[in-house]
Amino acid sequence: MTRRRIMPALAGAALLALGAGAAWAQDSSEPPLPKMEWSFNGPFGTFDRAALQRGFQVYNEVCSACHSMNLLSYRDLEGPSALGYSADEVAAIAATKQVTDGPNDQGAMFQRGGRPADHFVAPFANAEAARAANGGALPPDLSVIIKARAGGADYVHAILTGFRDPPQDMKMAAGMNYNMYFPGHQIAMPPPLTDNRVTFADGTPATIDQEARDVATFLAWASEPTMEERKRTGAKVMIFLLVMTGVLYGAKRRVWSSLHDKDEKDS
Amino acid sequence: MALPQNKIVRWIDHRLPVFTFLDHELYQYPTPKNLNYWWNFGSLAGIVLVIMIVTGIFLAMQYTPHVDYAFASVERIMRDVNYGWLMRYIHMNGASFFFILVYIHIFRGLYYGSYKAPRELLWMLGIVILLLMMATAFMGYVLPWGQMSFWGATVITNLFSAFPGVGNDIVTWLWGGFAVSNPTLNRFFSLHYLLPFLLVGVVGLHLVALHQHGSNNPLGIDRKGPQDSIPFHPYYTIKDMFGLGVFLIVFALFVFYWPNLLADPANYIPANPLQTPPEIVPEWYFLPFYAILRSIPNKLFGVCAMFGSLLVLFVVPWLDTSKVRSAYFRPVFKWVFWLLVIDCFALGWVGAHRPEGWFVIIGRIATFYYYLHFLVLLPVIGWFEQPLPLPPSISSPVLKRGGRRLALARHKP
Repeated sequence: MTRRRIMPALAGAALLALGAGAAWAQDSSEPPLPKMEWSFNGPFGTFDRAALQRGFQVYNEVCSACHSMNLLSYRDLEGPSALGYSADEVAAIAATKQVTDGPNDQGAMFQRGGRPADHFVAPFANAEAARAANGGALPPDLSVIIKARAGGADYVHAILTGFRDPPQDMKMAAGMNYNMYFPGHQIAMPPPLTDNRVTFADGTPATIDQEARDVATFLAWASEPTMEERKRTGAKVMIFLLVMTGVLYGAKRRVWSSLHDKDEKDS
Repeated sequence: MALPQNKIVRWIDHRLPVFTFLDHELYQYPTPKNLNYWWNFGSLAGIVLVIMIVTGIFLAMQYTPHVDYAFASVERIMRDVNYGWLMRYIHMNGASFFFILVYIHIFRGLYYGSYKAPRELLWMLGIVILLLMMATAFMGYVLPWGQMSFWGATVITNLFSAFPGVGNDIVTWLWGGFAVSNPTLNRFFSLHYLLPFLLVGVVGLHLVALHQHGSNNPLGIDRKGPQDSIPFHPYYTIKDMFGLGVFLIVFALFVFYWPNLLADPANYIPANPLQTPPEIVPEWYFLPFYAILRSIPNKLFGVCAMFGSLLVLFVVPWLDTSKVRSAYFRPVFKWVFWLLVIDCFALGWVGAHRPEGWFVIIGRIATFYYYLHFLVLLPVIGWFEQPLPLPPSISSPVLKRGGRRLALARHKP
């Protein structure tokens, strides 16, 4: 084999290995996740602000009854690079929450209205309380859920829209619900969304599918609020690197050309 | 390059010859004129080591090595620290690319026989670098304290319990307790910060050994005179710079567009000692070794086979009995080399799957072949193989494109 054929061979083999590594999690008993069109897909994808605000509404009015988002603060929602809310709107959202603060100078904990700097208020004081209220199951924290599940936003959307009646021959454990896409099909979460579960301020019809899409979009943002900055920076970096590498290639050719000329003369 | 006439430079150099040293080792350093692009990967790996140390130092300023805070502190870096997401993604993907570069570098050494006399110690220092890298990467993966961090640490540290008699005591000692817990995380953080600087030291020795006899080259023959060498600068500095540009383009694609492609989603779930994930899979760069471990039905022998697959590399210079370095002139070894490459990919593929059905069989065959290659084929092929005639010097065959083949034809009997 010549040296020129080694390079593509190794490169191809490396790609194969990466593919094998990424494919380990496939399980055959669940149908493949429907591939959705997300505004944030692709190298130039951004979050749809209207979908983010609707998605936050779904989380706030439905999911947050059981699911915490401990890594987020209300201030994170503010500004055009986040959900597009103004400072006043964020303060108003935070003010609807009751936060346990303290201890005060009497040594006692006390309740006060939420502020933008507060973390999202969790529905339960601790994991044990959450289990006790949910038949022994722990609703996972949703802060990074999109990054924590193979399939990401597709998976969350599929779970939220994947509730069905169990097949005749399937024996369900007590308190479990049948979901097409959940590994093993038995999920403790009851179907959280129904048509018109929320009323969107912008008049978007609140179908289950729409609610699931919007909340998955919001959770995708929450899992990585810096995604847009990352992709924007990436575009600049790539342009710089391509130009720099092109210049370096030219310089390399030029430096080595004197050597190749010399070889020609010597021969 | 003559030293600059600057008085201060000369004054310093007379007392501390750093300028002379750089002039000798980076500027004039005579290098074979026929190095191909496979010789870019060593310097690339060195640059990635520096990138890893720099990003790692910044990450350590924000990271909290405590079981209750580690996961949240990493996410805080991603969200609230200025450009923290960039540092973190560079560091996380940098580990994978460090291994890609070093694995290519090692296979290049195997193909062109770069480990043969007088470069045995150069090669062995390289294996020490690989081992240190693996230890560092393993402990680094534990730090975010996700599910794979915790369970990976549990599985790997438990390997030491296979040693009869003292095994369990060793594991307790490694953990600093009776399970993977806060003391484990603390010591892993400490060592993860320490080992890269040891790596820098061993890389320094690797370079000293390299510069003693200079680089091997694609023909694998020694340089016969000055006409076979060119100064490192500007020829290889510019070639390495161009290679760096190409590498950074690929690296940036991952950092900015697929930052989590090489990661396991389960590591974004906070560690939970009470809940074993459905699959415990190490990072991709450990998969071939993981496959060897699981291919042996006995735990102790599996552990030995896994560590042995690395340790055997130390004696490769003596297992290979052929006097010819480059596989280019070794008609049999050339094919066996590619079988080894395929074998390693097969092991990686098996390591990514549950040890069931065909994967067990393929894994065992691949493990057997891995050892067969080094312990049997490498010495035996050297005895019976008829190498092609070597060119008389580097200069004669590299005159121009295709010239090597002409030169070869000329020297055939």
